[in-house]
Amino acid sequence: MNALQDSLIELIRRTSAEIPDDVQKAILDSLEQEKKGTIAESALKIIERNIALAKQKSQPICQDTGSILFYVDCPVGLDQIAFEDAACLAVKKSTKKGYLRQNSVDSLTGVNDGTNVGPGSPTLHFHQHRSDEINVRLVLKGGGCENVGAQYSLPNEKLKADRDLNGCRKAILDAVLQAQGKGCGPGILGVCIGGDRATGYEFSKRQFLRTVADRNSVPELDRLEQDILTTANELGIGPMGFGGKTTLLGVKICAVNRLPASYFVSVSYMCWAYRRQGVTLNSKGEISKWLY
Amino acid sequence: MVECWSAAHTGGDHSLTPTLHDSWSRLILMIQLISPFTVDKVRELKVGDPVEITGVVFTGRDAVHKYLHEGGELPPGVSLRDGIIYHCGPVVLKDEQGNWKVTAAGPTTSTREEPYQAQIIKQFGVRGVIGKGGMGDRTAAACKEHGCVYLHAVGGAAQVLAECIRRVRNVYFLEKFGSPEAIWEFEVEKFPAVVTIDTHGNSLHKEVLAASQAELAKRL
Repeated sequence: MNALQDSLIELIRRTSAEIPDDVQKAILDSLEQEKKGTIAESALKIIERNIALAKQKSQPICQDTGSILFYVDCPVGLDQIAFEDAACLAVKKSTKKGYLRQNSVDSLTGVNDGTNVGPGSPTLHFHQHRSDEINVRLVLKGGGCENVGAQYSLPNEKLKADRDLNGCRKAILDAVLQAQGKGCGPGILGVCIGGDRATGYEFSKRQFLRTVADRNSVPELDRLEQDILTTANELGIGPMGFGGKTTLLGVKICAVNRLPASYFVSVSYMCWAYRRQGVTLNSKGEISKWLY
Repeated sequence: MVECWSAAHTGGDHSLTPTLHDSWSRLILMIQLISPFTVDKVRELKVGDPVEITGVVFTGRDAVHKYLHEGGELPPGVSLRDGIIYHCGPVVLKDEQGNWKVTAAGPTTSTREEPYQAQIIKQFGVRGVIGKGGMGDRTAAACKEHGCVYLHAVGGAAQVLAECIRRVRNVYFLEKFGSPEAIWEFEVEKFPAVVTIDTHGNSLHKEVLAASQAELAKRL
């Protein structure tokens, strides 16, 4: 199992230190858009330099190395218990090496034992598929952006948001307004329409596995994604809330079934320091391919 | 563009002279904010001013603010009078010689300290709060009344900002609160930030919120 553990440490290192190419491209594009000589442009330049430095030094892009979320597509018969053990050891070793901050606190006692391993940390989502490959995707999601996530139950009278796509639009844009710069924008939204309170957020986060350029295959959701992106960038919130043209880099929305009584819109916000990488592992647990 | 500070002083109080910094736009003149951070210096600053901070700063975030607000005492060696609090939970490693090395140190979201910050500014004579995301009315009022500014650093820029930390002088409450929540005493040099709440009652956060709210209303 050592090869697996080493592969997962390398996945963690790279996720923490190297922003995916698609996100970097979106940030560079937004830098072009901002007016020269503004604080917004300056902030994006610092961001650009930070991305290069983190990669060069192999150190965390952001000191908040976030919630550790593994998404594993695995063949039928994979020993998930052994995989989870390897992931926990990889997390402990990555923390010692400084790829991850000592970032996990006992909610009752307030004690941070410095390992990043405990109830709920790391989180692993397993999904079986009929292929021999193991695909492991990792998202490290910081607390600043997690705190500005929001869940709306429609109808919402205050927002005049009904149970339709226009109501969803109002709820999502309200989340952007409320977030201002607190989620370290320019950010990317993952949204789920429907589900229950738990699955709504869960599916909203899965949207972060899509690349920035990926277009929604459902026409009405694609239209909503583009509309929210354009509208949010007209609000003038800008990078870090300093004012400016780039408030969001992308919007990703999915819809899942709901109960007749419930209509949730769950919005997760991902900061510009978008840490998401993925690997395909061979049967020995070695990395055969990077996915982003 | 920001207004230039008048003539560069050459005497003792030469801490507010502008220089150019390549990590910000070449067009923007950075105001040098150098310790001691006196009330006169911070009262000169205004919303929108980009600054570079040089001197000693103490980190303090959720656990420290709650502790101080509840009447806890600062550990011996920590003084916040004419000082700067940095809302930050850094990644710090010990090298083979036993020296601390900061490997990532960007700001954390400041609004969580809103219930505590005003009192701490008043009680301890704090002149600057570095963080991200801005703070609310109570903190802005305390900044005005007691002479303190909010200095917004770029969130997530942990590497650029860690490079500005020249030395770890000490750490306090490491066992009590854990590494991210401890009080780290850093010597920083040319640490870049923007004044977003000043001592004159202005807040960039309030302005941007109001403007974006109005823009959104037109588009619903």
